[in-house]
Amino acid sequence: MTEHRPAGDGVAIRCRGLHKRFGNTIAVDSVDLDVARGECFGLLGSNGAGKTTTIEILEGLQEPDAGEVEILGLRWDRDESELRPRLGIQLQETELPERLTVEETLRLFRSVYPTGPRVDQLVDYVELGEKRSDQVRVLSGGQRQRLSLACALVGDPDILFLDEPTTGLDPQSRRHIWDLCRDFRTRGGTILMSTHFMDEAERLADRLAIMDHGSVLVAGTTRELIASLGGDHVVEFNSTLELGSDELGHLPAVTRVDNAGAHQRLATREPHRTIPALYRLIDRRQGELTALNTHHATLDDVFLSLTGRQLRDD
Amino acid sequence: MSALQELVAMRIRTFIREPEALFWTFGFPILLAIGLGLAFREETEPTPVPVAIEIGTAAEHYLDALSAAPEVEPILLDRAAAEQALRTGEIPLVLAGTGSVLFRYDPARPESRQARLLTDFAIQRAAGGTRPVEIAEDPERLPGGRYIDWLIPGLIGLNLMSTGMWGIGFGIVHMRQKKQLKRLIATPMRRTDFLLAQILARLAFLLFEVPPIILFAWLVFKVEISGSLLALLVVIMVGAFTFAGLGLLASSRARTVEGASGINNLVMLPMFVLSGVFFSASRFPDAMQPIINVLPLTALNDALRAVYNEGLPIGALSGELAILAVWTVLSFGLALKFYRWQ
Ligand SMILES: Nc1ncnc2c1ncn2[C@@H]1O[C@H](COP(=O)(O)OP(=O)(O)OP(=O)(O)O)[C@@H](O)[C@H]1O
Ligand SMILES: [Mg+2]
Repeated sequence: MTEHRPAGDGVAIRCRGLHKRFGNTIAVDSVDLDVARGECFGLLGSNGAGKTTTIEILEGLQEPDAGEVEILGLRWDRDESELRPRLGIQLQETELPERLTVEETLRLFRSVYPTGPRVDQLVDYVELGEKRSDQVRVLSGGQRQRLSLACALVGDPDILFLDEPTTGLDPQSRRHIWDLCRDFRTRGGTILMSTHFMDEAERLADRLAIMDHGSVLVAGTTRELIASLGGDHVVEFNSTLELGSDELGHLPAVTRVDNAGAHQRLATREPHRTIPALYRLIDRRQGELTALNTHHATLDDVFLSLTGRQLRDD
Repeated sequence: MSALQELVAMRIRTFIREPEALFWTFGFPILLAIGLGLAFREETEPTPVPVAIEIGTAAEHYLDALSAAPEVEPILLDRAAAEQALRTGEIPLVLAGTGSVLFRYDPARPESRQARLLTDFAIQRAAGGTRPVEIAEDPERLPGGRYIDWLIPGLIGLNLMSTGMWGIGFGIVHMRQKKQLKRLIATPMRRTDFLLAQILARLAFLLFEVPPIILFAWLVFKVEISGSLLALLVVIMVGAFTFAGLGLLASSRARTVEGASGINNLVMLPMFVLSGVFFSASRFPDAMQPIINVLPLTALNDALRAVYNEGLPIGALSGELAILAVWTVLSFGLALKFYRWQ
């Protein structure tokens, strides 16, 4: 166990060596995270990666089997009553009482926090003004999600925990949620969010961690993660040949080779040198190039090269 | 509003906006009272008891005499049919015999013994027999002594039990299943506020649950409260608290509504049978009485009847109230300890 030092003023969330298992499933495996105040930090991972379990441990809703958590310099076992009012939480599956109206729901949540905005202001802020007297059960998915975000904002929190805030929403609703998150950031708030979506992580998160099978594989800014591939560009091609990783790795400027059967991916610093050399290689071996595609490296490529899988199929 | 008030308001709102729940809580007891009231309605004329006269026996001589008597209604049957009717209980008494009349009946059946006495009386009277001791009769029944008078307090007790346990259990387990409880404990909400709110909302519902039964019983069946209204109110409140506590305890662990239903039924069914709702608990063997007497519904029903039927003051109910208090404290304590919040 790491030695415990109280986090300084700049640290919003800090955990060391988190472990959690359910029966034979190791949901969280040695997770260390540091999130600075005012930062938006993203947890990126596919289904079952351990994002929700990690977040709920940080939120004090689940007990880790091992590890330490410090939020705003406070700890759940000692300081729960001081900590709770300073956090805004959106669970992955938030179900609010179906038969309360928007306004009644927010009044209920507002009543348990010592400070926070007025309910009518909050309703307008998340643009549910027209729906204020409607029951939750008649709201659309996007409206529910905005209401659930409003419930997380109702106590004027220092930290916002958002577990997949836009899953299942249409593009417009997603942008709406992103705007609200950015606004919270500009007012000095800290966000820890989980997501399946590359674009969401790239747009919102200052830094992110890629999780898989309970572990953090890599953490850093989007730029840093892409740089870890060794090249900004990705060349994908199919050919009639079986080309080995060694052979491809010797092509000029190539920093990384990922084989996926007939489909090959090369990370490269300089595609204008790599591609002609690839043509020549295939030509020399009397093969044929059946597909070629080149693009700027994205988080998707990082995820794929780390896990051998695509983050999301849809 | 304070958090506690908001939580009570939430409970009341979510409840009254479910039409089905409203029916079961408020409509059901009244329907039950109507049904039972019809079944046990007071007859102005007592119906004559049917008795069988076996064809070709000495009893046939008395056919006219029995037809004229208001107490019995003779039917002529052959031997096989009479035997059959007696066996199935359709007819409590068969008259037969050669020379003198023979009564055939099952002495274990109260209606048979009654039919035997009535028939005997009718035959003796028709034959001009004199009674050695003359007895006058006053068939006016006093209000307060009827079955319905006894039944209504039991129905109130039953209603307090079932709405308490279902009202609390259903709401909470539903919230747990839907992860609404988990969402609430992710806020600074005090957990005791939440539990207290469930109980306070329960008490608010009482205002709408119990008075209709009392009023209905009074208007339709002339069932009157012989004790003080205040005493009745105290007993009802204590009973409501007890079953709110038991409801909290029964629902403290259940993850699903189905699971909670099972537990609730397990808790309520024995009391439904044993605690003297529809018939007196004294019918059960003596060996069971000590257990039956400490059941919360028995104590509540006894206390309700003491006020309703016997007009006893609160002071006379300390035994029952003590039993209820012990159940209340015990179940709240255990519920708080074992509560599953997520
Ligand atoms: N309460 C639980 N009981 C048993 N297993 C659990 C429980 N909670 C999580 N798990 C398991 O732990 C692993 C991690 O789950 P978790 O919900 O943290 O993943 P996630 O990254 O949030 O996935 P998703 O993107 O689908 O929400 C999964 O294999 C899951 O099945
Ligand atoms: Mg999740």
